[in-house]
Amino acid sequence: MIRVELLKLVRRPRTWVAVGLLCLLPAIVAVFLATTRISPPPGQGAAFLSAVLQSGSLYPAAALALVLPIFLPVAVAVVAGDSVAGESSQGTLRYLLVRPVRRTSLLLAKLVAVVVFVVGTVLAVAGTSYVVGVSLFGAGDPVAVVQALPEVTGGDDAVAGTGPSGGGQPQQQPAAGGQVGGQGAAGAPAARPGADTGDTTAADDQAARERAQSSVSSLSGDALGPADLAARMLGAMVYVTVSMLGVAAIALFLSTVTTSSLGATLGALAALITSQVLVSLDAASSVTPYLPTRYWLAWIDFFRDPIFLRDITAGLWLQAGYVVVLMLAAWANFATKDVTS
Amino acid sequence: MSRLVIETRGLTKRFGAHVAVDDVDLHVAEGDRYGFLGPNGSGKTTMVRMLLGLVYATRGEITVLGRPVPAKVAEVLPEIGAMVEGPAAYPHLSGRANLALLDASGPRRSRDGRRRRDRVEEVLERVGLGAVDRRPVRAYSLGMRQRLGLAGALLNRPRLLVLDEPTNGLDPHGIREVRDLLGDLNAGGTTVFLSSHLLAEIEALCTTVGVVDRGRLVLEDDLDAVRGPTGRLVVRTPDPDAAARVLGRAVAERYDHTLVVDGAPGGPPALARHLVEHGVPLDGLVEQRRSLEDVVVDLTGPGSDTKRSREHADRRAGGFDADTARARRNGARP
Repeated sequence: MIRVELLKLVRRPRTWVAVGLLCLLPAIVAVFLATTRISPPPGQGAAFLSAVLQSGSLYPAAALALVLPIFLPVAVAVVAGDSVAGESSQGTLRYLLVRPVRRTSLLLAKLVAVVVFVVGTVLAVAGTSYVVGVSLFGAGDPVAVVQALPEVTGGDDAVAGTGPSGGGQPQQQPAAGGQVGGQGAAGAPAARPGADTGDTTAADDQAARERAQSSVSSLSGDALGPADLAARMLGAMVYVTVSMLGVAAIALFLSTVTTSSLGATLGALAALITSQVLVSLDAASSVTPYLPTRYWLAWIDFFRDPIFLRDITAGLWLQAGYVVVLMLAAWANFATKDVTS
Repeated sequence: MSRLVIETRGLTKRFGAHVAVDDVDLHVAEGDRYGFLGPNGSGKTTMVRMLLGLVYATRGEITVLGRPVPAKVAEVLPEIGAMVEGPAAYPHLSGRANLALLDASGPRRSRDGRRRRDRVEEVLERVGLGAVDRRPVRAYSLGMRQRLGLAGALLNRPRLLVLDEPTNGLDPHGIREVRDLLGDLNAGGTTVFLSSHLLAEIEALCTTVGVVDRGRLVLEDDLDAVRGPTGRLVVRTPDPDAAARVLGRAVAERYDHTLVVDGAPGGPPALARHLVEHGVPLDGLVEQRRSLEDVVVDLTGPGSDTKRSREHADRRAGGFDADTARARRNGARP
């Protein structure tokens, strides 16, 4: 059944349109950057964009930062939201079930197909943007990595900053006013000690931030070797993939609830937008650590030295929790539901 | 008699307050061509979906091919070919690709020595799509989609075919072909369970009929028994006045050149002799039989989607009911 679902995925023109568009956005941005040589100041716009002019081999990271806030979740929500509801509204679901395909194995096969789509898309984006980056900016020396990174708190702010505003407009910001201590865009206050996480004490947080900051300053001169960079890139890609699995689980669950794939997709996106809004809202800090998008940008931490694991680990656990709970809910719902479409 | 391939007891399905299927006892014997007849919205499709384990019953039991459904539905379905509420296919793929996907989705058991391509070609041939090209299903006519759906139902060489409105969208030629195909399959031992709101279709194809009205099974019987003689004879003559004079008060109804004669002892031969002896020319003389249409119109309301159906239900309260039908049916098939 898994093979059949994969076949359906690759034979569907929509799949390739989605992958193509996702690869296109970073390419467009790259062309603008390469022709104007105007890069956003460090810490502003999408992460890494300011660094790619020095090193095209960093462009995959910049590309992930570009597609992560909106494009990638939309594509994943479309594919996952359509997976069961689409068959349902098309009428093919009933014919699959009487073939017979057991409902559990159908759901599992759908999940696997969505995972393959996510992995494939992330690989495609990274691959094409590497080619684009290196050919437009040259392989260069990725020394500027760490300088370009927002600080740990900045990473959190970047969730809000790159989210609704459509991440990474490579335009010039007013140099003086926009840059407060190299912090993220979106006007998030730099002075927000210990407010970003609810699950760690302020002291832990402070220590972590100091660690991260010291690593930033200590590394300013060191270049990342190609092997090191590749390993970090791989880690980041895996992390982004896992982050998207949470989205996929939400959409897949909704897809078993409704017969409208559009409804399932929009429902999942609504959940993400709500999460994005709450993550940037100090008043919601009690629930922030449990929101699906809370640790989305933690993949940036793979490019710190040493790799800053706290948020990465938390993010992996969080996504695993979402996937397990929602898939169980999807299964419970789908296995007992009347198929009347 | 042969054993039952489908049997339900007290089958009921409620969607919220709406009772779609109400206490239905269905009996489909092996080798039957069973016509499940009812107006739109009378619960036919819900019934079919319950037989296939797509919809779960609120109450009652289902046995298909000797096994309980939905508990053992996974063991039953490989022996069933089904078409439920119109055909469905992936519109961007060709008919062949659709069938191949459907075939590959099935259980591994379906390896019966034939290769997938052979299975697909065979069923396409059977439904008259053997020459179909690589066009996507999106470009198919409704008739072609219907044939494709039928082909999908035949993929696993089923013992039991459950078909919901199989001739929908077909032209007269196609309807004839499908009817012949189902006849052939039935002759080869496949039981055919066919639901339809078209009387003529069921009359032309089926041996047994179940009539459903607003979720209740109001009649289940052999078609021949349903269309039994009324005891009256129909006389057609070019001289109806002469015939009326001869027959006197035995004429129950009279239209133009046709007379319906009641209480004629000796049947058609005796009546024919009587009329000829009195110099009445005859065009024809046959036993009057109830048409299925008469029976069904008598038993069912005018489509349970409409407002009038409730009034109709009130009107015919106390009339023919399901118990009588069941009694007749069970008497016919112990």
